Amino acid sequence: MNLRRVVVTGLGALTPIGNNTQSYWEGLSNGVSGAAPITKFDTEKFRTKFACEIKGFNVQEYLDRKEARKMDPFTQYAMVVAQEAMEDAAIDLDKVNLDKAGVIWGSGIGGLWSFQEEVKNYANNDCTPRFNPFFIPKMIIDISAGYLSIKYGFRGPNFSTVSACASSTNALIDAMNYIKLGYMDIAISGGSEASVTEAGIGGFNAMKALSERNDDPSTASRPFDKDRDGFVLGEGAGALILEEYEHAKARGAKIYAELIGGGMSADAHHITAPHPKGLGVITVMKSALANAGLAPETMDYINVHGTSTPLGDLSESMAIRKVFGEHAYNLNISSTKSMTGHLLGSAGAIEAIACLLAIENQVVPPTINHFTDDEALDNKLNFTFGKAQHRTVDVAMSNTFGFGGHNTSIIFRKLND
Amino acid sequence: MHFFAEYFNYLKIKKMSEIAQKVKGIIIDKLGVEESEVTPEASFTNDLGADSLDTVELIMEFEKEFNISIPDDQAENIATVGQAISYLEENVK
Repeated sequence: MNLRRVVVTGLGALTPIGNNTQSYWEGLSNGVSGAAPITKFDTEKFRTKFACEIKGFNVQEYLDRKEARKMDPFTQYAMVVAQEAMEDAAIDLDKVNLDKAGVIWGSGIGGLWSFQEEVKNYANNDCTPRFNPFFIPKMIIDISAGYLSIKYGFRGPNFSTVSACASSTNALIDAMNYIKLGYMDIAISGGSEASVTEAGIGGFNAMKALSERNDDPSTASRPFDKDRDGFVLGEGAGALILEEYEHAKARGAKIYAELIGGGMSADAHHITAPHPKGLGVITVMKSALANAGLAPETMDYINVHGTSTPLGDLSESMAIRKVFGEHAYNLNISSTKSMTGHLLGSAGAIEAIACLLAIENQVVPPTINHFTDDEALDNKLNFTFGKAQHRTVDVAMSNTFGFGGHNTSIIFRKLND
Repeated sequence: MHFFAEYFNYLKIKKMSEIAQKVKGIIIDKLGVEESEVTPEASFTNDLGADSLDTVELIMEFEKEFNISIPDDQAENIATVGQAISYLEENVK
């Protein structure tokens, strides 16, 4: 069976370090931290008082008020990044077969803020059920995919993927496969998350998953540092326009790179802790390489999951050494979560964009906030600490792993023909 | 006596116009329409772009604003701005 090829022709980003793709890349390549005290609610009683919020964002610059009012922020973010990506891809909707245009969109939690506010309201009003009719359609994870199809008239495959922090990588893999198989010619894919809320911070705090470095938020996300103490919650969204290669070529589209393969696996070990030997992570990187038909030695850059948790960073770096052998010392590794924080279900989307921009600019964005080596890690690995590095980046991989033990990896390759 | 009758009439008209203003304000806010569109004859669904969920939300906002409960069978008869205003004028104490 001859599979079709998939390329990326449009990007959109709304992140804690930049509200569009260009400013996101400026933040990444300059090593900017997006962490700051939380502005969305009073954190006095919370253990963690900071996060990576998006900044200076006014939804009414993008959506009309009536439209925005019916959407949870995670859907508003989806609309904003999809619009940027669609404009970037310069797609003429009159010339696209809309039955073969789809939307596959990831989110880890969906409309957490809407859920929290409605249930609070219910409980505060002697439990008389006066739920807003938009409560359910604001909250459900798939609604972003629905709204995007309505906006662009995309009548092809349409759904959401849910695998916690791997959600949007799963979305990209599904969209890639449906294009390869001929179900779609074009897809809006990626993910969005807006869980910097009382329930989000309180919930992750209860799991002891978050950094509590309240005296110095901007250095709190420090992947692979000896004193890392948990992840920093982030919010935002990333959109990629995936397109069948001949389709993109025929219309003269700008092509960022080829989405050449993806892998999926499960740890089958524990709901939140990673497998201590990184078994699921080894499997997922190997299967992504096999799916892409690439040898490990071709890899230039790995944008790791690297959330800045003690166990996760250790097992991922061990897995990289195992999969890539000696070549692990030649490639660059970086965790851009050191700058953006952890965007949960949209992490995969914005980190895929980081890989694509690394290929485009031939620059590897850094892992910032490195102060002390962790002797438990193999420090011969190049974690790209501190500053961005210029190098050949023809092949780049993005890893994302989710609570539940879900692992995903995708590989982009510079188009050279 | 004549004075009191006139005064009560004045209070009644004042209350009516307050209700009408509040109703219009809710409709403008929830449906995102211009004040000039909110005429008594305007239908929520045909003229003001509401779908069935918007209509439910409007009724709930009226209930909240005026602290009353509008039974479903009566809510079904509230389809225009004018019908909402007259229902509330009759039922709000």
